[in-house]
Amino acid sequence: MIKVSPLQPEDACFREVVPAGEYFIKVVKQGQTVRILDLEGNQAADTLFYNAHNPTERYSAVDTIREQGNVYLTAGSKLLSTEGNELLTITADTCGRHDTLGGACAAESNTVRYALEKKCMHACRDSWLLTVTQHEELGMTKRDITHNINFFMNVPVTPEGGLTFADGISEAGKYVELKAAMDVLVMISNCPQLNNPCNAYNPTPIEILVWEEATA
Amino acid sequence: MFQSDTPLYEDLLPGGAHWSFVMKRGHILRLIDENGGANVGMLLYNPVSPLERYNMPDTLKAQHTFHLTTGHVLYSDMGRVFCSVVGDSLGWHDTVCGTSNAGLVERKWGRKTYQEAHNDYYRNGLDCFLNELGKYGLGKKDLAANVNWFSKVVTDAEGNLRYVPDHSSAGSHVDLRFEMDTLVVLHTCAHPLAPAGDYPRQPVRYQFFEAAPVAEDDACKTSCPENSRGFANTALYHLMH
Repeated sequence: MIKVSPLQPEDACFREVVPAGEYFIKVVKQGQTVRILDLEGNQAADTLFYNAHNPTERYSAVDTIREQGNVYLTAGSKLLSTEGNELLTITADTCGRHDTLGGACAAESNTVRYALEKKCMHACRDSWLLTVTQHEELGMTKRDITHNINFFMNVPVTPEGGLTFADGISEAGKYVELKAAMDVLVMISNCPQLNNPCNAYNPTPIEILVWEEATA
Repeated sequence: MFQSDTPLYEDLLPGGAHWSFVMKRGHILRLIDENGGANVGMLLYNPVSPLERYNMPDTLKAQHTFHLTTGHVLYSDMGRVFCSVVGDSLGWHDTVCGTSNAGLVERKWGRKTYQEAHNDYYRNGLDCFLNELGKYGLGKKDLAANVNWFSKVVTDAEGNLRYVPDHSSAGSHVDLRFEMDTLVVLHTCAHPLAPAGDYPRQPVRYQFFEAAPVAEDDACKTSCPENSRGFANTALYHLMH
């Protein structure tokens, strides 16, 4: 569902461009809104969410899709935690559909999907492993790296039970916006994948913007 | 597929129960829906390093599938094959809908405590998994998307999910050949999308068999080029273990 946001970039309290292959980590406070902006189009933003005060409570792809009764994420989707709590709600979406079944690329899964000799190519799960090992204060390890959301990625499920990786439906300037229902740790890998047509074999930067909750 | 038709062991798990065991490489686990309408929630780990666990997204995207059946394999996050689905009388098993929790069970089927009902109390999938994981020093951080054997959930063109009732009849079975030593954590609680009404409680028989060696032209190994690479990764692991 396409839903345009009323928020203006000049009013944002935080803006940061994240190049492809880099990670982004930030706590978004309850009531704040975070936008992920596809700057050049057809990029995949592999994203994990955690309860900022207890990261054992984390985004659950399976609980989220089961409770909303639909495999795709878009405006109105409530992102649920492993404890059944709402982490964030998607409040605006100019792309229309986001994937949460395809997971994130890894050195090991690249060997399976593409070729054994692809194992030394950079991958999303390497970015997250760096995130948790470079930020010991988080108290997180590989155990905490779970099934993610692929913002801007198009992974259609067929009624016959197939899973296809289609060309992206995003383009430059499209975005998704989420309002935090609790203090949420956002962990993004801006996907470095070079073997997949989803990003036209050309990983590009994204921008993260945050707005304070509007006060009456 | 089977070295012998005689099970090395078999047992019957009541519905709404949990259990776990290690399957050794080269053995087959057969799950049988005893009366029809069963569901088996399952998670898999490498018992040597449980950081390696069943990975639903890697399993689905490697094989371009939304469901599991004969010819598919179950991947770990390390690009290796825990087990191959070498037999299946149903054709569709779910792995995207997760498992029930206490709140879901109470909303759908009510609540029955141990004090009231002793071992007929209403268990839920999440607590069952945690109960078994705790036996190995594992916990909430080790949870991942699980398989729901014997359950079918389809989508329409818009991605809406629909649970298919009465999918599994009495005697339905699925055969998993283990390609690595694997810690199998399972429960027999109902699928989280099973209809409301009486608390569903269907028993599951499970059997262990010795498997024949994996042939070069094995159906699971050759069902797609991705799986041949998954088996190559698994063979490399066995070189050093």
